[in-house]
Amino acid sequence: MSFIAAERIKLTSTRSPWWCAGVGVAATVGVGSISMSAGDDAGFTGVASTQLGYGLGMAVVMVMATLAVTTEYSVGMIRSTFLAVPNRTIALLAKTFVVAVGAGLVGLLAAFGSWALGLVLLPGVDLALHGVAEWRQVGGVGLVYLVAAVFAVAVGILVRHTAGAVALVLTWALMIEQLLALVPGFGSVSRWLPFQAAKHFLFTADQPWLAMGYFAALSAALLAAAIAVAKGRDA
Amino acid sequence: MIETRGLTKRYGRTLAVDDLSFTIHPGRVTGFLGPNGAGKSTTMRMILGLDRPTTGQALINGRPYGELNNPLRTVGALLDAKWVHPNRSARSHLRWLARSNRLPPGRVDEVLDQVGLTAVAGRRAGAFSLGMSQRLGIAGALLGDPEILLFDEPVNGLDPEGIVWIREFMRSLAGEGRSVLVSSHLLPEMALSATELVVIGRGRLIAQSSTAEFVDGASCSSVRVRSPQLLELAEVLMRQGIDVRAAPDGEQSLVVTGTDTARVGELAAGAGVVLHELALHQGSLEDAFMHITGHDVEYVAGQDNLATAGR
Repeated sequence: MSFIAAERIKLTSTRSPWWCAGVGVAATVGVGSISMSAGDDAGFTGVASTQLGYGLGMAVVMVMATLAVTTEYSVGMIRSTFLAVPNRTIALLAKTFVVAVGAGLVGLLAAFGSWALGLVLLPGVDLALHGVAEWRQVGGVGLVYLVAAVFAVAVGILVRHTAGAVALVLTWALMIEQLLALVPGFGSVSRWLPFQAAKHFLFTADQPWLAMGYFAALSAALLAAAIAVAKGRDA
Repeated sequence: MIETRGLTKRYGRTLAVDDLSFTIHPGRVTGFLGPNGAGKSTTMRMILGLDRPTTGQALINGRPYGELNNPLRTVGALLDAKWVHPNRSARSHLRWLARSNRLPPGRVDEVLDQVGLTAVAGRRAGAFSLGMSQRLGIAGALLGDPEILLFDEPVNGLDPEGIVWIREFMRSLAGEGRSVLVSSHLLPEMALSATELVVIGRGRLIAQSSTAEFVDGASCSSVRVRSPQLLELAEVLMRQGIDVRAAPDGEQSLVVTGTDTARVGELAAGAGVVLHELALHQGSLEDAFMHITGHDVEYVAGQDNLATAGR
């Protein structure tokens, strides 16, 4: 547990994670409120209509998660980390755990903030959290952010350079998956893309937990590969 | 105790460290000496488990670094003072280090005080001068009160005040019974602070001995004589089988090796040669180093100017 406590001190003792968390919550709630006041064009009903801003906050949180790794690599501090905790698997898992939990908390704040704003902006809509489906659509945003952060940390470990890793994470999550979904004949395959699966989990009633399990398994596999690479190379 | 056995590191076709075996004994300052590019930093990184040896191993008290529990309690290292997050305060940096190795939080303030950074502990490390960063790195190395300390070129780029401080500090650490391994390409620095030497060149072990033995063993001491009757003197000496050269800098001077001042003086007197100067030139660490590593310098600048001392 001392490793996790050390990583928690790291994450909370610089300003940028706090800024990312604040911006992530504000962006999600902000975009959510715009789509809510613009009306229900997307065809989402009920509590799901309050969560349409989740993608932007997720992007910010993924930037935070990537930076948590790449800044250590860029200044050479990762070597201080590995000197203190020579078992790289433990060192990197502790970091991933802390960053992912932080991202999950940001997701919960953003999601319930958006939902609470929905109560004000959409007085005519039934936004009560009746059961598992509604709780999944709101609270699930926290889970999506958590897994997205694991994905981003893994890319950060693999790429090591801030600019490259952030560009890769953002273009993949925000652009490439959407573009691939537009390729003719690729539509049916696109639901196997990780961030499409996350979206499926939040907004579709058809086997949502399978989609989440798939997203989580893929991110865990990517992290395992990244740790294996980190163990093999010179720090 | 640090021990390396056949330690080898190969980058592609370059052999950075070549079958290096040495032992660092406790309670002393050991200088790890070699020209730039000799493989000192690579060796230290392998000792600390950061780089993987191609073959061979490095052991600390009989175990690889990676198998030590809470390694900061056994080994403290300062390889690069910039391995710190620039936006994190000095105190926070030491706090996470202490926490990761289950050290009491009170140690943070103790080591800050020990290196004289208490007043600036709340400032971000990125704003520190090199000397302050170096002190922060040393504070991190001392955090776990380790028995073994490794410093890589700790005086590089420091002002004279900082150099004196580090030198005194290393001595006091060894005085407390710790083993200190300090690398440097600065030979005079090593002569002042290290009692033992491990000398490498081009990744190979050249010598391991006490500093005094190293200088004696590679004896470059010579006798310098100045005389108005130089040719006669040279003839007298050469007749005795003594090696004589013209002094590179001055006229009317000879450099005589393989003998001492007394014998040169007696021979000159016997032949009635007038001497204006007769001096023993004591071999310095530089001379010894150049003598031994002459063929092991990675980057040779000019034909006869290896300029090791100044780098």
